[in-house]
Amino acid sequence: MTDAPAQLEHAGHSGHGDHAHQFENMEQQMEADSLGIWLFLVTEIMFFGGVFAAYAIYRWLYFAAFEGGSRILDIRLGAANTVVLLGSSLTMALSVRSAQTGNRKALVWLLIATMILGGAFLGVKAYEYNQKFVEHVVPSLDWAPEGAALAHLAPGGLDHAQLYFFFYFAMTGLHAIHMIIGMGLLLWLVLGARKGKFTPHYFAPVEVVGLYWHFVDIVWIFLFPLLYLIGGRY
Amino acid sequence: MQGFPFQPEQASTIARSVDYLYFFITAVTLFFTGIIFATIFYFMIRYRRRSPDEKPKAIEGSLPLEIMWTAIPTLIVALIFVWGSTLYFRNAEPPRGSMEIFVTGKQWMWKIEHPEGQREINELHVPVGRPVKLTMTSEDVIHDFFVPAFRVKKDVNPGRYTSLWFQPTKVGTFHLFCAQYCGAFHAGMIGSVIVMEPDEYERWLSGGVAGESMEAAGEKLFQANGCITCHLADGKGPAPSLLGVYGQPVHLTDGQTVTADDAYVRESILLPRAKIVAGYTPIMPSYQGQLTEEQIGNLIAYIRLLGKVQAKPQEEGKQ
Amino acid sequence: MSTATLEPRVHAPRNYLNADYGWKSWLFTLDHKRIALLYMVSVTFFFIIGGSFAVLMRIHLVEPQGALVQPETYNKLFTMHGIVMIFFFLIPSIPAVLGNFLVPLMVGARDLAFPKLNLLSWYIYLVGGMFTLYAGLAGGVDTGWTFYTPYSSTYSNTQVTAVAIGVFITGFSSILTGLNFIVTIHKMRAPGLTWFRMPLFLWAMYATSIIMVLGTPVLAITIFLLALEHLFHVGIFSPALGGDPLLFQHLFWFYSHPAVYIMILPAMGVVSEIIACFARKRIFGYKIVAFSSVAIAVLGFLVWGHHMFVTGQSIYEGLIFSLLSFLVAIPSAIKVFNWTSTLYKGSISYDAPMLYALGFIGLFTMGGLTGLFLASLATDVHLNGTYFIVAHFHYIMVGGAVMGYLGGIHFWWPKISGRKYPNGWAALAAAIIFVGFNLTFFPQFLLGYLGMPRRYAFYPAEFQVLNVMSSAGATVLGVGYLIPLIYLMWSMRYGPVAESNPWGATGLEWKTPSPPPTENFPEIPVVTEEAYAYAEEEAPLD
Repeated sequence: MTDAPAQLEHAGHSGHGDHAHQFENMEQQMEADSLGIWLFLVTEIMFFGGVFAAYAIYRWLYFAAFEGGSRILDIRLGAANTVVLLGSSLTMALSVRSAQTGNRKALVWLLIATMILGGAFLGVKAYEYNQKFVEHVVPSLDWAPEGAALAHLAPGGLDHAQLYFFFYFAMTGLHAIHMIIGMGLLLWLVLGARKGKFTPHYFAPVEVVGLYWHFVDIVWIFLFPLLYLIGGRY
Repeated sequence: MQGFPFQPEQASTIARSVDYLYFFITAVTLFFTGIIFATIFYFMIRYRRRSPDEKPKAIEGSLPLEIMWTAIPTLIVALIFVWGSTLYFRNAEPPRGSMEIFVTGKQWMWKIEHPEGQREINELHVPVGRPVKLTMTSEDVIHDFFVPAFRVKKDVNPGRYTSLWFQPTKVGTFHLFCAQYCGAFHAGMIGSVIVMEPDEYERWLSGGVAGESMEAAGEKLFQANGCITCHLADGKGPAPSLLGVYGQPVHLTDGQTVTADDAYVRESILLPRAKIVAGYTPIMPSYQGQLTEEQIGNLIAYIRLLGKVQAKPQEEGKQ
Repeated sequence: MSTATLEPRVHAPRNYLNADYGWKSWLFTLDHKRIALLYMVSVTFFFIIGGSFAVLMRIHLVEPQGALVQPETYNKLFTMHGIVMIFFFLIPSIPAVLGNFLVPLMVGARDLAFPKLNLLSWYIYLVGGMFTLYAGLAGGVDTGWTFYTPYSSTYSNTQVTAVAIGVFITGFSSILTGLNFIVTIHKMRAPGLTWFRMPLFLWAMYATSIIMVLGTPVLAITIFLLALEHLFHVGIFSPALGGDPLLFQHLFWFYSHPAVYIMILPAMGVVSEIIACFARKRIFGYKIVAFSSVAIAVLGFLVWGHHMFVTGQSIYEGLIFSLLSFLVAIPSAIKVFNWTSTLYKGSISYDAPMLYALGFIGLFTMGGLTGLFLASLATDVHLNGTYFIVAHFHYIMVGGAVMGYLGGIHFWWPKISGRKYPNGWAALAAAIIFVGFNLTFFPQFLLGYLGMPRRYAFYPAEFQVLNVMSSAGATVLGVGYLIPLIYLMWSMRYGPVAESNPWGATGLEWKTPSPPPTENFPEIPVVTEEAYAYAEEEAPLD
């Protein structure tokens, strides 16, 4: 990625010549797109960083309550979702490769596969959220934890456990919103891919959405241990 | 303007030193503002455009000048930093033997409790010439205890204690303001600090509705709320004795050692599972919601009193 | 320089203003210049709203018991004044109006890197503004623009959620603008335009964009958590449920302190351009000024704790933040010295933009120096929460940033509109604003040291004289702001036609016609000279 100012356009230089009017050539456009998406991901890091920082502070302060809350989560579902999401990142990366090599059919199917895996993730999440209602551990809306799980924290620590679940919902909820947006972007890509919009000369949107998708995946890689694994069977 | 006040009265031991620093920074401000204004003014006139196609020579810069006008301001701000920090550090800890007064802020009034039991609303009577330490908490939102004449200010937070101290040097009545926006009548959360001659203060203390001292009230609460059931003085109960505890290090089950200060006592009352003393089990119930801030303050005063008593020798098997 | 034609132009050459007509061509435009104008109209609208709140406040404060409104209403006025002015005027103003217009022109490009994101950012800004206006009409917010918890999350029963949503949404407008600028400056500079040949305005925009991109998301998450707490009472910031109100303050100020550098750095960039042009000289110490902008952006992220010296935090925390706060003052001081030195042996003219720029230097110097009182721990204890703070930040944000914005508008107006405005009126307005501003805010320094707290709807009678002085000054200031509104609008129809380079300035934007054509340059220019090449032979216009 060079920072040098763009060279004067030579006739017939950019092959397709289909770059946006504000750019001099395709190379400049692709570099700009790439820098743009990386910058955007930096803003997302700062965004999630804030809530991760708050979580870290409270976990340090109220470890027992957070551990107790974490035990209530289903590690198997969390682990399954992690595998699903990693798989979707694989299919996403392969789809970028397909676009790069001009394999339209593979591109479409891999994008669809990514969507299916993303949908599976969201489905499991929805089930998990529902479980929280069943177990009455939804802060403010349905908070009446029963059984032994959090009993040892009563009475003062129960509020801190509620704080844990607040973070659970806020963090996974924000993550899920990002996933849903990602699904929308994937759909848009699928529609474009079917029309043959992406070629080895122009596949920036696939790459950009790919980077976004990988980032959302990485956020989950952090969320999973922080939320699910601290109350392990150790 | 004759007699125009540029600063509030200097009514505490630190007011004058704060003012000196303030005047120094004012002088620095005026000096640099002055030379910048004057230089610009001078250049504007001296180098005004005299003909439409004047073409001044480009001057790239001057490293010596850059170094000079980086170094000099750095030295000046370093001086101000050291001066301000030193003053701040020196004023951070209240002197030994300070009178301890308990303050609760709530929308929109100040509730003040003297150790002897006097309660005041929006007024704080103190004797001149003695250091006073305020331990403060809020019942609702963040407030701020501000006495301009003493040059002291500290936020008053819910859920924890903050403190400030001052030593008045003048008899008189001085403004007390809330300085952290706290809702509709923030501007009305004001009062007075009334500094009196020591004998007048004693008279004020003994006159009027006295009520019991904070320590006596605390002792009553200690019994009424069942604390005494477990926290036996001889340490034979399921909870540690509180004799000689306040202000001393406490060893916890997780290996940490903390000091038994106001915050620790308050937390132990409201969140007993947070810190368990080594050798004991977490069986103390929480008193969250059952005690007002003032009652907690009274209990702390009593526990502080117990802290001054020598701990009785421990039985074997405990601790 | 060509003389203006006397007869009205019947067939103006094709430029970005007349390239297309109709509301669709404006509301769906992708041209950065038109988007800049869309922003100009919107920020002016919000400035008038925020300013109206200020007028009401100053009228109210003429009497110790309050002359105009109930305390609850006053509390809403100062809250809405702060929110509107900061988020909907100051933060967008120079970047979204002047930055959007000038960054592509100054780098020698046809547009920003992402024109669609640019238009989107304006719509996002509007949606955020609508939420906030709705909140204002539906009863307002009374938490102060700082939204401290637990008052805002648990106790206030005003439109906290609506405003939180509005501010949250508008933050993305800021982020997209910053992102666009960074990519444009990195990737779209014309051939020959190396980093150290860029005008300092671009350096300022770049530094500002870094803050926008890194800081605004933290505000977003903070406001998001606050809104959740207000809605669901969960207690992340509320002690009753185990939360910590100071955590909110740390998160909030982590953005909101760098935010003030978002507001001032662009104005500093404008001042560099104006001083160079009207002293007809390269800015003294160009590289140092460029690096200072970046240094301010970086250091600005490290000082947020100075808003919390009296919260009961550790004194060592106070020490560190105090030291860093003093350090961040140094690059600003360096800039002031460099601007002043640029005047030395220059060829200085007193056109209106120059008067605004000089007003900026004077008032920013004062405002910045008063920051020393606040960086110093011992004096900040006394001054925090008083009118001293109010005076300090108004000197910088109004005396500094707004003067910079007005100076920039006056400097680039001929380029933007193709018209010139009457310099006499402009100079008069600058003078009135300067005087009115000082009359309004200088007494507030005195009020602060005397102990009058801020955000007071009524106050002890001994503070009345200074309050009346301040309110009188505000009247003058208000008149001062109205005057440019009038003659600038007048000039759009009746002002003399402007040539490409009415001020004889350097910079690629002045090599285009006034107003520029939609595509900015017929051919992408090649840059062969340093910035501010006033001493060289002028290159013939293309």
